[in-house]
This record gives sequence, structure tokens and C-alpha cells, in this order.
Amino acid sequence: METLDLSVVDWSRAQFAMTAMDHWIFVPLTLSLGFIMALMETMYYRTGKTEWKIMTKFWMRLFGINFAVGVAGGLILEFQFGTNWSNYSWLVGDIFGAPLAIEGIMAFFLESTFFVIMFFGWNKVSKGFHLAATWLTWFGATLSSLWILVANAWMQYPTGTTFNSDTVRSEMTDFWAVLFSPMAMNKFFHTVTSSWIVGAAFVIGVSAWYLMKNRNIEFAHKSIKIAAGFGLLGIILALYSGDGSAYQVAQKQPMKLAAMEGLYQGNNGEGLVAVGILNPAKKEYNDSTNPFLMKITLPKLLSFLAYRDFNAYVPGVKDLLDGGYLETKPDGQTVKPVTTNEKIVFGQMAQNALKGYKIAKKTHNDSLAAVNKAIFAATSPYYGYGYVKDKKQLIPNIPLTFYSFRFMVVFGGFFLLYFIFILYIKRRIENMKWLQIVAIWAIPLAYLTSFSGWIVAEVGRQPWAIQDLLPTFAAVSDVPVGSIQATFTIFAVMFIVLFVAIVSIMVKEIRKGPEHIQ
Amino acid sequence: MDYAFYQEYWWLLVSLLGAILVFLFFVQGGQSLLYTIGKTEDERSLLVNSIGKKWEFTFTTLVTFGGAFFASFPLFYSTSFGGAYWPWMIILICFVLQAVSYEFRKKEGNILGHKTYEAFLLFNGFVGLLLFGTAVGTFFTGSEFIVNKENIYQPMMPVISQWQNPLHGLEAAFNVRNLLLGFSIFFLARVLGSLYFISNIHNPDINKRSRKQVLINAIFFLVCFLTFFIWTLASKGFAVKPETGEVYMQNAKYLHNFIEMPIIGIAMLLGVVSLLYGIGIGIFCPKSAKGIWFAGVGTVLAVLSLLLILGYNNTAFYPSVTDLQSSLTIRNSSSSYFTLKVMSVVSLCIPFVLAYIFYAWRMMDKKQIDMKDLESKQNPQY
Ligand code: HDD
Ligand code: HEM
Ligand code: HEM
Repeated sequence: METLDLSVVDWSRAQFAMTAMDHWIFVPLTLSLGFIMALMETMYYRTGKTEWKIMTKFWMRLFGINFAVGVAGGLILEFQFGTNWSNYSWLVGDIFGAPLAIEGIMAFFLESTFFVIMFFGWNKVSKGFHLAATWLTWFGATLSSLWILVANAWMQYPTGTTFNSDTVRSEMTDFWAVLFSPMAMNKFFHTVTSSWIVGAAFVIGVSAWYLMKNRNIEFAHKSIKIAAGFGLLGIILALYSGDGSAYQVAQKQPMKLAAMEGLYQGNNGEGLVAVGILNPAKKEYNDSTNPFLMKITLPKLLSFLAYRDFNAYVPGVKDLLDGGYLETKPDGQTVKPVTTNEKIVFGQMAQNALKGYKIAKKTHNDSLAAVNKAIFAATSPYYGYGYVKDKKQLIPNIPLTFYSFRFMVVFGGFFLLYFIFILYIKRRIENMKWLQIVAIWAIPLAYLTSFSGWIVAEVGRQPWAIQDLLPTFAAVSDVPVGSIQATFTIFAVMFIVLFVAIVSIMVKEIRKGPEHIQ
Repeated sequence: MDYAFYQEYWWLLVSLLGAILVFLFFVQGGQSLLYTIGKTEDERSLLVNSIGKKWEFTFTTLVTFGGAFFASFPLFYSTSFGGAYWPWMIILICFVLQAVSYEFRKKEGNILGHKTYEAFLLFNGFVGLLLFGTAVGTFFTGSEFIVNKENIYQPMMPVISQWQNPLHGLEAAFNVRNLLLGFSIFFLARVLGSLYFISNIHNPDINKRSRKQVLINAIFFLVCFLTFFIWTLASKGFAVKPETGEVYMQNAKYLHNFIEMPIIGIAMLLGVVSLLYGIGIGIFCPKSAKGIWFAGVGTVLAVLSLLLILGYNNTAFYPSVTDLQSSLTIRNSSSSYFTLKVMSVVSLCIPFVLAYIFYAWRMMDKKQIDMKDLESKQNPQY
């Protein structure tokens, strides 16, 4: 019998991760700079002062450069669901395709149409209409992130759907449940507001560089002021929604939470690891090696964050795989959860029932078909576990998830202080060389923080492409591994060259400064 | 309204997006003429700045076409993209290169130099269109794949759609009929690109050369397209028995479809007439810049009709020659009733979207552009 080449899965994952990462270099800046520009243009509209207009136009140029590359990466991502995840595309296309289509119809056209007016329409359209175009471009961009994040959240927590045994796929039954799933709402809120931090750090960093070079002083101060206020708003909302995201993860993806915390053996009143170093000697989830070389915990906080109860039981990797603990429901009830072994049995039952159903249908054995259909309906929520050979496959990469999460949270704290400080010292930043240097370094730092968030989200959900329904290795296309390696290489070269080019163009544009703009 | 209605409605929308996309390929067509019509550096800049304000529309339409196809006929998305891997990947690559080229071409510090970015634009204009047209050709000629949904419970090999040709899609380029369609789209886009330059740019030299290109490319287009069209009407087509869903070969299927759905036949005819009229304006009326509108409407109508006869009237729109019964029809490859219904509600936004695009377009193109615009400091230039 033919078998799937597992390296196809790895290369497809690598290619997807690379393109997603590439896209994410550009998206956060679009989401945030769009807003900052629109604010500046609003000031111009209200005061009529050309300094605001120049400021708007300067940041708009950087926006335009960034935008073109971001759009390009998105195209590859979209088609990659078909080219590299064809099984996925069929199995969940009924749900997943819809937000993508809606995104195109509602958001992308809004964004790209008004982008053209915003970018090239100075003096061609009225001032008011131009301002509207700028706001609409930003709004379109934010709306695109809504739909794609709804799709992503659905993969983390499939809701509003059932598995149809006749068509052999998941089908949508409740659109509002998909759109307003708490996972989706938190994800959207957190991703968008955290992106504001990136844009704020970018504008402050570039402006600080002008201060350092002793040029464009007024321009820099004004930009810093707007950006820092916006950044502070972003980080406060990101903290709030990040907490919401962690709560959702605890409810819906307890394995991801365990990986984020490096938690193997759960406890009541579990603490949150503030600082920790994982023990590389830990090989098996159920061996007796201490998972940490050192750690400092904030007592009972994890229980509270995850379940809003200081004494709740937070299950670790071992609990989740081997069972034997009581799960706390949101209403405070404790129940005995379905164990992993049981889930695997249910998954296999679901797959057998599906097969039995199909055979019964072909032989027109209605009663057998009905029995199989009933078994399938009861077990299909665990369908994906039928592919699992070994429980250990269900553990994501713990160190990567753990450290990425720490990184995001620690620097989230940093950015809170940073924006407050910048707002507090006001114009004195002009004489604080060290702060200017920090501000420049804060740009890559903000990007890395944002990246680490995605690593937590995406690496932490492995091995699932769709939680409990479809593991990544059952989601791929049957393409020869050599072809994927080839496209991977082409994309890698292309992304690197374009990245170097965009950075170099941006730097040139920043060096030239706003002086040349009318 | 029943399931069948929504399947047909979504085939209409996907076809409409495809038709608009082919019209908007005037951007790619224009790119491919960059060195043919633009003789000097400045002229080329003028051309780039002219189509440069439109490339986003083509790009976004491509994206939305993909998204809409995914949402309404996911089995197509899964089978074609995952199977004919290479042509689609190459199409993606040349569109990515295009997207950055406009923005980067003249920027200081762009590393590769402006010639390279112009080469990317040419690459997108030639290869992108040719491959796209060839890929659409397989909708008429068939591909080699097998779909078996029951693979999903084969834990060792759960992939539902499997391509049978090791070239993974590149084999389509060895079929003359596919190539004819590829070249038709290519030359058509060049005709449209030239007509667009005529309407958008105020410059006698460019105008003259564009009109010449309309003539040359129209001849090539007509030869390729008529051969393709007559050949296709005369060939066997992939028909479906409505009662059983069984796919079989029927003589002159596509001709029958035109005859059995006369409205589509008439739309096709009107489309061709309008297209020829637009081309005629381009060649024979040196005073008029309106050719692009007639040719554009004609293109949309003609492409729409061609795509509609592929999906309607019990036809398999994405046929498999390896296993006829694996062929995709709008019945067996669509999303669920519920999803199609939800998205149909969303599709009510489309007229609104078209309206603001049209409005924005008119606002930006009130005046033709000329060399003086390249020096303007008010707006950034590509
Ligand atoms: C500058 C960016 C940034 C900052 C400062 C933070 N985050 Fe974040 N975080 C993101 C940028 C981000 C992100 C890139 O937007 C992610 C990736 C996926 C997502 O939904 O948002 C994310 C994901 C993400 C997830 C995973 C969600 C999932 O798997 O669905 C959690 C639990 C948190 N965040 C929690 C936090 C907490 C408690 C923070 C407190 C300081 C925090 N984040 C700050
Ligand atoms: C796998 C997931 C994703 C896919 C398939 C995807 C697809 C796309 C596509 C096709 C475009 C080009 C649109 C155009 O033609 O105008 C695009 C652009 C964009 N996408 Fe994504 N996207 C993904 C992830 C994300 C995420 C997670 C966000 C935000 C949270 C996002 C936000 C944007 C924005 C703001 C743009 C505008 C262009 C820019 O990057 O500056 N996308 N995306
Ligand atoms: C733009 C921001 C995003 C980034 C930076 C990102 C990052 C990643 C990373 C690092 C992986 C690899 C995980 C691994 O293999 O261990 C991955 C996989 C994947 N992500 Fe994302 N992701 C993003 C957005 C999205 C969105 C919005 C979706 C869906 C709507 C999505 C769907 C997927 C899929 C299907 C895979 C491949 C299967 C897998 O390996 O799990 N991603 N992503």
C-alpha cells in the first residue's frame, strides 16, 4: 500500500511557517502605521498646517513600501492552503474558505482601492475625501485581519460545525458561532492591539534616530508624542486581551497551556513561572526528571489566570496524557475528563464507523448504515485522534513554546514601562542619548515580541492543524518532497532578497527624511 | 431557493470574477509591452506609472477569485492547486515579484537595480498570463487526477485528491489546445494593455505605438482564439448524467451548451462584437480613446460565457481524463448548502464594492497623465 512520505509533511510545514512569518513581518506595521497616519492627517484636516501634511506623507511613504511586500506574501499564503494542504482544503474548506472569501470581498478591495487614492490622490480628490480614504485603508486592513483570524481561531477551537459522513467533511452549521467564538474575538483583539505596539515602536525609533542626528527635531517630537500615546493604548489593550487569550487557551487547548508553562505534573493552586530555565535532560513526559533547572514562580497565579480561581487544578502534560485528575469547568464544577486513551479509541471508532457507513451505503444495507452513522455522530468530535499512533505525538515543542511565551510577556511588560516613560519625559528625550539608542533597538524587539506570540499560538497547537479533528500529517497534499523543497528554496531566496531590499529602501527613505516632501 | 440554485449562483460569481480578472490582465499585458512601446527611460516610467495605479485591482481580484473558489468549490481548490502544483506555484511567484516591482523599481537602495524590477514585470506579463491561460485550458481538455474521498480513513495515505502525472501540472503546457488558450489570453491582454495606454496616457509617440500594438496583437489573438474556439466547439466534451452524476464524453458538448442556453450564446456573441468594436476603435479612430471600454465589456462578457458553459447544463468543469468519474462538477465539488447560503448574503455587498471601485477609478483617471506628471512632487511616483 502507498504510504505518505512524512518528509512531505515537514517540508510543507516549513514552507508554510516561512511564508506566514514573512507575511507577519509586514502586517503589523500596516495595521498600526495606518492608524498613526490617519491620526496625523486628521490633525492636518482640522488645523490646515502643512507640517501635519508632511508628517502624514512621510509615514505614508514607508507604509506604501511595506504594504506592497505584505500583499505579496499574503497571496502565497492563501494559495498554499490548496497547493500544500489540499486535504485540509477539502475537509474544512466549507468553513475555512468562507472567511477567506468574505475577506476578499469585504476587506481587500476596500484596502486596495482606497490605498490608491490615499497614495496617489493628493490634490486629485478633496481634502475630506482623502482623509476618508486614509481611514478606510486602515479600516480595510483591520477588517482583513478580522476574517483571517476568525479562520485561524476556528482551527484552534472548531465550533459551529459538524462532520458530515455523507460528504466526508466538516460543514458549517452556525456562522455566528464561528464568527463570534470567544477564541476568535480574543485573537482578533489581541493581535490587532499588539500590532499597534510594533508601529508605535517603529515611529518612535525612527524619530529618535532623527533626534540623535540632530535633525527634523519638531517633526520627531510630534511623531513621538502621537506614537507613544498610541503605543500605550496598544499595550494596555494587549495586556488585557493577552490575558483573555491565555484564558481561552486554558479552556480550549490545555495542552498548549501546559507547554507554555513547561508544566508536566499539575497541581491545585499552580503558580505562574515568571523566570525559568528548562532542563534539557528531560526526555520523557513521564520520567522523574525535574523539568526545570531553575524557576521563580508567582504563587497560585496560573490557576487564577487559567480558571479565575486561585485554587483550581491546572493539568500538566502528564495529567492530560495519562488522566487521573479532575477538570474544573467554567462554572466551578469539577468533572472527570475523557482520557487521551479513550479519545484515541473514540477516534478509531469514528474512522471505522465512517468506513462501515460507506460500505453499508454501497451495499444498500440501511440498518447497518444507520448504526454506523449513530456511532460516528457520537465519536466524530474525536475523529482526529484516530490518526494518532502514540500519545507522545500529542505533545508540542515545549521549549519553543515556553521560551516564546516568556519572551512575549516579559517584553510586553517592558513596552508598558517604555511608552509610559517616553510620555513622561516628553522633550527631554532630546538630550538622552541612551534612550534614543534604546528606542532604535525597540523596533526589532517589538517585531520579535510579536513573532513570539505567533510561535506560542502555532507551535503550541501542534500536532493539530485543526484541534482534535485533523493532525497536520493528515492535512497535506500528495506532492513529491523534491518539489516542495524546490519551492521552499525559491521562496526562501525570494523572501530574503526582498527583505534586504525593503530594509535598504526604508533606510534610504528615512535618511532622506521628510525634507523633500511637499 | 434550493441547493442547486446556490451552486449555480456561485458558479456565476466565480465566473464573473474570472472574467473581470481576464479584463484586468491589461495590467500584465501592458507590462509585457514595456519595452515595445516604451523606447526611452522616461517613456517606460510613464507606462509604469500608468498601469501602476491599477495593478492592485488585478492582484486583489486574483486573490478574491482564489478565495471565492475556495469557499464555494473547495474540492476544486484541493484537487487543482494540490495537484497541478507547479504551474500554480510559478504563477504565484511571478505575481509576488510583480507586487514589489512597481514600488521598488525607482527607489534608491533597491539593491537589484531598476532593470531587474522591469524584468520581473515582463516575467509576470509573459509567463503569468501564459500559464494562467494554459491552466484554464485544462478546464476544457481535462487533467490527470483521481479523487477518492474515502482515502480520508486510510491512516497511511489519507490524501483525497491525487495527481497522476509526475509533472504535476506542467504537462498541461504540452497540450496544443491549452497552449492556444494560453496565447489567446496573452495576446488579448496585450491588446487591452495597449488600449488602456491609449486612454490613460497623453503622449503622441506612445499613442501611435500603442495603436500599432493593438493591430498586431489583435491578429495573433484572433488566430489563436478562433482556432481554440472552433476546435473546442467541435470536440467531445465532458457531460454529466443528471440523474446519476455519471460523467461521459459527449460529441460537441460545448456547442450544445451554447445552443441549449441561448442567453449565454448571445452574451458570447455580444462579447465578441463589443471586443472587436473596441479593437476597431483602437486601430481606426486615432481621435478616440474609448476602445478600452468596449473591449473591456466585450472581454468580460465573452470570458463569462465561456466559463458558464463549463459549469452549467450538466457539464464537468474540471474533468479528469484518468478517471472520468473523478471529474468535478458544480454539484459534487461545492460547499454545503448552509455555507453557500451564508456567503450569498455576503455577496450582496458586491455591487457596492464595484460601485466604489468604479467611482475611485473615475476620480483618479479624470485627466490623462503625461511627462509633466512624472515630475510632480505632490504625489509619489513609481
Ligand atoms: C508586540 C506584541 C505582543 C505583546 C506585547 C503581547 N502579545 Fe500575546 N500575542 C501576540 C503579540 C503580543 C500576537 C502576535 O498577536 C499573537 C499571536 C497569535 C495571536 O492570537 O496573537 C499572540 C498570542 C498570544 C497567546 C496565544 C493565543 C493562542 O494561542 O491563541 C497568548 C496566551 C498571549 N498572546 C498572551 C499574552 C500576554 C499574557 C501578554 C502580556 C504581556 C502578551 N500576550 C503580550
Ligand atoms: C494564513 C493566513 C493568511 C492568509 C492566507 C492571508 C492572505 C492575505 C492576502 C491574499 C493578502 C493580499 C491582499 C490584497 O491583495 O490586497 C493579505 C494582505 C494582508 N493581510 Fe494577510 N493573510 C494571512 C494572515 C494574516 C494575518 C494573521 C493578518 C493580521 C492579523 C493579516 C493581515 C493582512 C493585512 C493587514 C494585509 C494588507 C497588506 C499588508 O500586509 O500590508 N494576514 N493577506
Ligand atoms: C501571520 C501570522 C502567522 C504566523 C507568523 C504563523 C506562524 C506559523 C508557524 C511558526 C507555523 C509552524 C508551526 C510548526 O510547524 O511547528 C505555522 C503553521 C501553520 N499555520 Fe500559522 N502563523 C500565522 C498565521 C496563521 C493563520 C492566520 C492561519 C490560518 C488561518 C495559520 C495556519 C497555519 C497552518 C495551516 C499551518 C501549517 C500546519 C502546521 O504546521 O500546523 N497561520 N504558522
